[in-house]
Amino acid sequence: MYKSIKSRKFLSTGLVVFMLAVLAMPAWPSGIKKIVYMTNHEFLNQSFDDDVPEVKTIWLKGTLKSDVRKTLGHDYPALRIRYWLKGGRSVWILDEIGRDKPITMGFAIESSQLVSVRVLVFRESRGDEIRLPSFTRQFDGSALVNKHQLDRHIDGISGATLSVNAVRILAAVALQLANHVMKLEIDK
Amino acid sequence: MNRSLSLFLSVSLLSPTANAVAAGDMPSREEMWQIIQQQQKQIDALMSQQKTSDARIEETVSLVEVTADAVDQKQTAGVSKSHIGGYGELHYNNLEDKTSGTKKNEIDFHRFVLFFGHEFNEKTRFFSELELEHSIAGDGKNGEIELEQAYIEHDLSASLSGKAGLFLLPVGILNETHEPNTFYGVERNQVEKNIIPTTWWAGGLGLTGHFGNGWTWDAAATSGLKTSEEDSYKPRNGRQKVSKAVANNGALTGRLKWTGLPGLELAASLQYLEDITQGEDPLAGAATLAETHAVLERGAFGLRALYAQWNLDGEGPASIGADKQYGWYLEPSWRINQAFGLFARYEQWDNTVVAQADSQYIQTSLGANYWLNEHVVFKLDLQDQDAPEGAKELDGFNLGVGYQF
Repeated sequence: MYKSIKSRKFLSTGLVVFMLAVLAMPAWPSGIKKIVYMTNHEFLNQSFDDDVPEVKTIWLKGTLKSDVRKTLGHDYPALRIRYWLKGGRSVWILDEIGRDKPITMGFAIESSQLVSVRVLVFRESRGDEIRLPSFTRQFDGSALVNKHQLDRHIDGISGATLSVNAVRILAAVALQLANHVMKLEIDK
Repeated sequence: MNRSLSLFLSVSLLSPTANAVAAGDMPSREEMWQIIQQQQKQIDALMSQQKTSDARIEETVSLVEVTADAVDQKQTAGVSKSHIGGYGELHYNNLEDKTSGTKKNEIDFHRFVLFFGHEFNEKTRFFSELELEHSIAGDGKNGEIELEQAYIEHDLSASLSGKAGLFLLPVGILNETHEPNTFYGVERNQVEKNIIPTTWWAGGLGLTGHFGNGWTWDAAATSGLKTSEEDSYKPRNGRQKVSKAVANNGALTGRLKWTGLPGLELAASLQYLEDITQGEDPLAGAATLAETHAVLERGAFGLRALYAQWNLDGEGPASIGADKQYGWYLEPSWRINQAFGLFARYEQWDNTVVAQADSQYIQTSLGANYWLNEHVVFKLDLQDQDAPEGAKELDGFNLGVGYQF
């Protein structure tokens, strides 16, 4: 009995020492938490089959600004947004805060439908499961209903509710922006 | 182009002169030359002004772009390094104890919680949770102020982080995520409350790692529970809450979790506790908690299922049948739309399984959540308990409102 208790204490003390040693390990390179799953360049090349058009800019003003605000629940933190447009396909790279940090996401849109959604940069301490294809695939083919909501239910990820919400809301914003610029193109 | 413009202007200006010809008042060739030269000077001046204007417009556009870039960068960089948040829930309980006939008719601001966090740099952060329970704390009051989380988290690599301080143990569904808008039912379920025991926090060190597609592991070496024979060796009564907690015997906790498919979480936790009385009861000893659960959300359908069991060593717990304590529940739900959801829950738990007398509780609940938005929820549920003989058997309904920010 005594021996057993001694061995258990040894086990737990050993684990504590191990954990302290791990915590005291030399610092890793800074910025390691900013996980880049895909660069902007890679996403653009993938979306446009390596023939990326010139970047364009749209200013957030008037009804577009208020529409985006209504979808996001707050103003988008930029005065204007860059996008790429070729042959009816537009690509948007947008940021939204999940829990504490901005998540950078890429959206490719054609005919008012999402054709590709990718998590490009993840900076939060939890919820990175949103990068998995099994999650992002759910957005393929989705469009807007009533200007602000996606036309389908997106299954969440347990423990990553805020990150999931960020993707869902930003996908709707990307569709709003794409629909707006396509209308401008038609009106030209 | 300058010549064409010059010629056009000259002809235009000469038009009145042409009329003068008819009137016999034509300027001389020298005068016309002078007029042309003057007009040319004016054209040159205008062209120069236009060039200047074009340059200024270009410069203005460039400055607007630079300003917009700066504003955008400031807005992006302006994400604060300190974060606040919180949640709260007001409950109304209208219950009757079928055993004694007494009623519980109470309204209670059960929990008011504030989160505060700070990011020291990209790898190191602080997180805390301070809670006021039952509105008023102090001598003779119903409530208490509790520090439920206060730890430093440090990223050791992209897939490994460590934490030190006071933190929630990685066990069960609600222990780490219990904001009122994230679960059904006014009160938290009885199994996680009485068996696990949620909310359960401890002081020590923890590691969290990620691997593969959606796998997460946790390991923690922390302070342990301290229960006693007077408390019937119930884990819930053994929570020391890291308040001058006796630390004769620590606890090791591990969890493996998989969230590789959207809407699905599968997890299993294990805790080994060296002595559940911290060495103060010679008839008690080590204890082990095993817990496993599944959370499924597919479209409108949801299901939560959890099983937890304690095994306690020693003659003391065995003498009252507390050497085995367990509970489980099933909770199907139906999210009718974004705002409205229904649920049912069946749960049973027993803190003295091996006792000769019946000691098992069963509770069935039915209810609804109405989400005003994703952060605010109104709740209603009906509960029906089946308690052991002589124990409180509370039936009735509960109402609640909760929020998170």
